[in-house]
Amino acid sequence: MIIGLGHYLSVAAIVFTLGVLGIFLNRKNVIIILMSIELILLSVNINLVAFSTFLGDIVGQVYALIVLTVAAAEAAIGLAILVAYFRNRGSIAVEDIDLLKG
Amino acid sequence: MILQAIFFYLCGGITVASAVMVIAARNPVHSVLFLILAFVNAAGLFMLMGAEFLAMILIVVYVGAVAVLFLFVVMMLDVDFSALRRGVLSYLPIGGLIGALLLVELLTIVGAWAIGPDVTKAITAPIPPANEIPNTQALGLVLYTRYIYFFQAAGVILLVAMIGAIVLTLQHKPNVRRQVIAEQVARRKASAIEIVKVKAGQGLP
Repeated sequence: MIIGLGHYLSVAAIVFTLGVLGIFLNRKNVIIILMSIELILLSVNINLVAFSTFLGDIVGQVYALIVLTVAAAEAAIGLAILVAYFRNRGSIAVEDIDLLKG
Repeated sequence: MILQAIFFYLCGGITVASAVMVIAARNPVHSVLFLILAFVNAAGLFMLMGAEFLAMILIVVYVGAVAVLFLFVVMMLDVDFSALRRGVLSYLPIGGLIGALLLVELLTIVGAWAIGPDVTKAITAPIPPANEIPNTQALGLVLYTRYIYFFQAAGVILLVAMIGAIVLTLQHKPNVRRQVIAEQVARRKASAIEIVKVKAGQGLP
């Protein structure tokens, strides 16, 4: 029972799929969509660290660190936009965000 | 070996299960708490792989900062979340179909793929043996030397995010008197005080 690279990649694939599925299912709720994006970035990090350890190259962990930074910045900016939008419109439903008529 | 397998299936299983609950929970506060659980167990997976520093950073950054940020925003906004929940099941068929397709494709890739024989020659910075140099030190040895520009860029990204978040959420209320430093500095004796000669025994008119 040896846990190899494939096991970790499978976990990452499942978490990635769940993140995508979360965006599909909760398409009215911006907060859950942001959390789904966090899940996707987490699965990317699991992939990077798994390849890094099993190939014996530490650069993957450096990249995982950068991805972590970007994910934190993205969460902060996303939630700030959400708060600013809620102050202006009093709602966070995605279908109400249609000011640009796109 | 068997202990490693047990630990992997425990952490991996809880990660996947709590990821399911993140997208399926009715209450967004529960979603945030399950997100925290998912991240803690992913940190366990990192630990199992030998990336101790990233595991700790994952807990510090995500559980300590990002998840609390989410929790604050969820609790601060006065939104009827059950109304946002309505119609979730109508998206389940198409979402489930695309999700299943994606998962099957990804797992096929994971199952059918192999590392090329000459990849090991292309390694940029090999991981030193863990009993000589610990993971944190090994990461620092490459992060602060060869990847210093990436490190600085990460710092700049965080600075931009911080300034952006402050600018986006700062409120200017119209009837709050604020300090205007330029006016204070530009104030001179002539504009600030008036000298009146008062004659003895008369007082001011």
